[in-house]
Amino acid sequence: MTRGVAGHSSPGSVIRVHPLTVRITHWINVAAVFMMAASGWRIYNASPLFPFTFPRDITLGGWLAGALQWHFAAMWLLVGNGLIYVAYGIISGHYRRSFLPISLNSLLRAFADTLHGRLSHAVGEYNALQRMAYLGIIAMVILVVLSGLVIWKPVQFQTLGALMGDYPGARLVHFFSMAAIVLFVVIHVVMVLLVPRTFVPMWTGRARKPL
Amino acid sequence: MKRRPGIEANPVECTRQEIRFLERRLLLKGALSVGALSLLSGCDITDEETVHKVLWNMSRWNDRVQMALFDPRRLAPTYAESAVTRPFPFNAYYRESEAPVVDGDSFRLELSGLIRDRRPWSLAELNSLPQATQITRHVCVEGWSAIGKWSGVPFRTFLERVGADLNASYVGFKCADDYYTSIDMATALHPQTQLTLRFEDRTLPRSYGFPMKLRIPTKLGFKNPKHIMAIYVTNVYPGGYWEDKGYNWFAGL
Repeated sequence: MTRGVAGHSSPGSVIRVHPLTVRITHWINVAAVFMMAASGWRIYNASPLFPFTFPRDITLGGWLAGALQWHFAAMWLLVGNGLIYVAYGIISGHYRRSFLPISLNSLLRAFADTLHGRLSHAVGEYNALQRMAYLGIIAMVILVVLSGLVIWKPVQFQTLGALMGDYPGARLVHFFSMAAIVLFVVIHVVMVLLVPRTFVPMWTGRARKPL
Repeated sequence: MKRRPGIEANPVECTRQEIRFLERRLLLKGALSVGALSLLSGCDITDEETVHKVLWNMSRWNDRVQMALFDPRRLAPTYAESAVTRPFPFNAYYRESEAPVVDGDSFRLELSGLIRDRRPWSLAELNSLPQATQITRHVCVEGWSAIGKWSGVPFRTFLERVGADLNASYVGFKCADDYYTSIDMATALHPQTQLTLRFEDRTLPRSYGFPMKLRIPTKLGFKNPKHIMAIYVTNVYPGGYWEDKGYNWFAGL
């Protein structure tokens, strides 16, 4: 039904699971997301949308102007790196091979399998839930960037802003897409902690098929 | 969402915070050392000064990007009278009760720099110039926004009337509360940039900048100086009160 990056290979053999471009952009993205989130929380604290603020110790920039400087510097890293990653994913066929096809049926089946404790975890191949999570996080980063553009330039990008409910609406979109990204990161890291053998391949790109 | 400028905005407070958070930021940078900073700056991550320099340079770069993004003919959205935020928030680096008191009768707006006719202007003279009204959104650098109704002289009309050098780079403002800021000429000539004399059809109240403010719906709130006493045109970068402390200079919307 699906083809993994590795194609068909015998048990015990070492296969390439993560292309070099994906590995490089992944780790740059880790740094970029960290800087964007930590400085963004500091900016949020200057005028909270909700009745809470982020603890200062986990924010970046020291004060509002410093946080804004970090945010508007790191945005180039996030967007530049993200564009390289998406362009590579589309052109190389990485997305098509790794994330597609995805169907409601396959998602429901994967969900049922999870409940029964038999969700498949083939090396070099993503199950339907993983596919949805990875496509979803790409969509969320695109949304956080678009809403960020509207907040940064509500006059120049007012057509895009109108789709999000003007400047105040874009702030909400920006906040909730940030929250979705942070939620993804937490789950993602917990998953790696639960299955530590997935960590090293994200650096080396190689994994051994279980015997 | 009442904002006392105190915590985030008070300059003395900021300096104290800076010191207080220096240690923390060094810690954070330690956590960032996984290539993040070196990728961003290509320099020694242990050097606090270098990090600051990189961030400032990125802010200057963002000035240029914003100048390119700025469309001098694109208008900021305007709103219905019913959308006006009431009460409109007061915002400054001091409390509302500390807003400067300016005597309107003796007030004379001073002009200097690259301007042909530099004679001072009284409020009556300014009121006799063509007037325009706008209902636009004021966006604060802190994130909040509010819709207000401002009336006054289109700034372009005023600059043309006094024979300002419209090819100069900057227009600078000095205010009665020791605030100062400056804007690019393209924004100064934008059709909605306004030398504001009235708020909600009444004489501009003291809290909102009597005797006059500059209303720029294409820039963040701190680029809208209140209590303007002097205007000058120059090709030398004049900076600004918050800009010199680290806020982005162009700050366009």
